[in-house]
Amino acid sequence: MWHLDLVPIYLSDRPRLLTELTVALERALPVTVHVRTPWFDPELSFDPTRGQYSSTRVLRYLLDERSSSSPRVLAVVGVDLFAPVLTYVFGEAQLDGRAAVVSIHRLRPEAYGLPADDRLLFGRLLKESVHELGHTFGLLHCTDGSCVMHASTYVEDIDLKSAEFCMDCRGSVPTTIT
Amino acid sequence: MVDYEFSVRDSLERWFEKDGYRTAGAADAKEALQQLQDAAWDIVFLDIKMPGMDGLELQRRIRQIDPELTVIMITAFASVETAVESLKEGAFDYVTKPIDPDELSHLVKRVIEHRRLRTENIQLREKVEQLATPTEIVGESRSIQEVLDLVRSVAATDVTVLIRGESGTGKELIAQTIHANSNRRYFPIVPVNCGALPETLLESELFGHEKGAFTGAQYRRKGRLEMANGGTLFLDEVGTISPKTQIDLLRVLESKEFTRLGGSKPVRVEFRVICATNQNLEKMVEEGQFREDLYFRLNVFTISIPPLRERRDDIPLLAKHFLDVYSLQMNRPFTDFDPGAMDKLVRYSWPGNIRELANAVERSLVVGKPPTVMAHDLPVQLERETDISSGDSLMEVERIHIGNILKRTGWNITRAAEILKIDRVTLYNKIKKYDLRR
Repeated sequence: MWHLDLVPIYLSDRPRLLTELTVALERALPVTVHVRTPWFDPELSFDPTRGQYSSTRVLRYLLDERSSSSPRVLAVVGVDLFAPVLTYVFGEAQLDGRAAVVSIHRLRPEAYGLPADDRLLFGRLLKESVHELGHTFGLLHCTDGSCVMHASTYVEDIDLKSAEFCMDCRGSVPTTIT
Repeated sequence: MVDYEFSVRDSLERWFEKDGYRTAGAADAKEALQQLQDAAWDIVFLDIKMPGMDGLELQRRIRQIDPELTVIMITAFASVETAVESLKEGAFDYVTKPIDPDELSHLVKRVIEHRRLRTENIQLREKVEQLATPTEIVGESRSIQEVLDLVRSVAATDVTVLIRGESGTGKELIAQTIHANSNRRYFPIVPVNCGALPETLLESELFGHEKGAFTGAQYRRKGRLEMANGGTLFLDEVGTISPKTQIDLLRVLESKEFTRLGGSKPVRVEFRVICATNQNLEKMVEEGQFREDLYFRLNVFTISIPPLRERRDDIPLLAKHFLDVYSLQMNRPFTDFDPGAMDKLVRYSWPGNIRELANAVERSLVVGKPPTVMAHDLPVQLERETDISSGDSLMEVERIHIGNILKRTGWNITRAAEILKIDRVTLYNKIKKYDLRR
């Protein structure tokens, strides 16, 4: 068992989503999840020229949180994320590192002009959260289309894969992290 | 990733690393060129606008270092002119910052597919080249060198070639060599053995047939003429074609058009014709067995292959060639012929020409004991009287003739001396002189 800090950012309107994610992550991974507020000002990662939040900056601030001692930290944000050269990202993680971030902004069916669907949104958020945490274990994109580590360029790609690791990838998920 | 901005390089690198790619970044042209010299890379992302040497100039330099490298331009502005210029200079594509993740993903998939196809294409071309290159033509004699000179001069042209020569002299091999050295080598050479098929079968073999053209024609079938489209049609034993098929063939050669059996739609074809015969076509024309107009159409450029008995100088070379080929094929470690065996090979008249020689060598490797082929390993028919060829000296003729008579009489010296009209002592002296052995 290891500890995961779950850091909601701009997500106060969706308390149920966070609770469900906590339970689901504890089922999916050998973790105890601890929900806490960020110890930095999230607005510092806002880019006014793009009107989006920088995923890279969020990761940097998460890592700069000196008082955090959890081996992994996952931020879940309610706003749109971008990486400097990319128009948007669903999430980002430090490969073989400690921090990861996921945005629900483009996981919402409403973003594509479709009616809201909380179940669908939750399923996508769980998959992306496990996926980004997988990168922090050093896992790369998997060629198995049903594995959670399969790369997702479109939101539909997320719907096609499962929330679970394939046998090969599962072997790289640690049971304990010190 | 060659980009002045660290954040761009960094995020691209991280994006690709998660897909399992090995990546590296360079802030300017100088650093990029250094990295390209130090290690081999497959794809370079290049920012068009950079301080110092710009992306376009760097692209030119990169192509000088490694023309196979895939260059993708990154531009901050949708500047069509510079992007087009970069494509003209050989860039694979360009992307505008910020890049859509799905666009990047598609682009990389396309690059990989492109590189895969290019590699596959090179490999297939090499394979075709190997397949299209026929077995080596072995021979150093003047007569075979003259044949090869003709082959070389006619190969690159599109002229119809008539190959003449006795059975087993290698007419098909010559046809394959002409095809392999022609511009049609990436298309097939389609052989039709006209002598092996009865008239009706030959027709359907050449022209193909539509479904239901005759009993048993359950499917439409392409004929050899269609298969040869773009390539070479090799008509072996052309002298055996029936008068009716001769007319049909002549029509195709003239119009490059025909209809399948049972069909009405004309099929257009374009191929080169090489044909071969061991018959006297001129005599057949005189006797009315072969159409004169077809004869003139086929007899444009003639290559006559000499029979093996007229190029005896090549026998040791050919025998050794077949010895090497078959010993490798059969995994029998033969290295050479015993002088007696070689003498036997050189002396024999080889009515079946090179094919017969190849068979004789193959057989000797089966019955013989490695590493040397002995005279008694060779087939019995080689014991028959050896031929006296026009090039032999009087002494050689005498040696062969005495040997033949001795063989015929079963080495009965008295009988042989009687036939030769010399006394026994003289015969003994000659046997000793010529080192003749039973």
